[in-house]
Amino acid sequence: MAGFRRTCEGVTARFARPEAVIIRDLVEQVIELVEPPPTAPDADELEAIVGMSDGDLEDPEMPDDPVLARLLPDAYRDDPDAAHDFRKFTELGLRSAKVESAQTLLESLPPGGGKIKLSPKQAEAWLRSLNDVRLALGVRLGVTDDFDGLDAEVEPDDPRYAYVQVYQWLAYIQGSLVAALS
Amino acid sequence: MSVAPVEVTRPETEKQAAVDEPWLTIVWNDPVNLMDYVTYVFQRVFGYPKPKAEKLMLDVHHKGKAVVAAGARESMERRRCMAMVSGRR
Repeated sequence: MAGFRRTCEGVTARFARPEAVIIRDLVEQVIELVEPPPTAPDADELEAIVGMSDGDLEDPEMPDDPVLARLLPDAYRDDPDAAHDFRKFTELGLRSAKVESAQTLLESLPPGGGKIKLSPKQAEAWLRSLNDVRLALGVRLGVTDDFDGLDAEVEPDDPRYAYVQVYQWLAYIQGSLVAALS
Repeated sequence: MSVAPVEVTRPETEKQAAVDEPWLTIVWNDPVNLMDYVTYVFQRVFGYPKPKAEKLMLDVHHKGKAVVAAGARESMERRRCMAMVSGRR
């Protein structure tokens, strides 16, 4: 695919079926990961009705899963109490926002691929969702330096090789979308 | 795992900082977020014009971190939320 570009119709791209399948699969995995846990406490009813809050967490902790920790990081580095409080009041909202972006992407990318056209709002959701997928892949691949070096590090017979290709391909797509929006 | 949060912090100054702008939002460098995307987020979340957003992005990239906003704690936390939705940490 040639990435996103701005045309007179708006921001467009064309995805082959296998490309759409890969993106959708990864985005669905992110949804599974960040979806608010079913055990989450009920949101305050009034707040839920007026849409003011996604609810607060009773006693939140930094997630053990490194990917989830990357997607839901602490807001205060050196202040565990403040980080805890911040997480308590914002984590569910952050999870919901990530799920919403991911779902917007899924809705605008048919499983069979093809040409797609994004509204500005959809494009923003794509940027956020692609970024979450790349953050997740980055953790799994152990990306610790500029990703250009990853090619040299990971040989074709390495099980991570295919993911490195996908990771870089997604960077290209995300970059093309930023450029198309700028 | 590299550590690269968007962080809210209180600067340590010898004399008490003016109370109206005592909190900072700091963005740390990380290898995954695309430079162009970071610039884009700085424009969108912090409302900076592109030249300023680019300069801040390069500051983060070269120096490892940069203060991207200062203000009241609530305001810094709100921006931090918005940046986190965008994937910055």
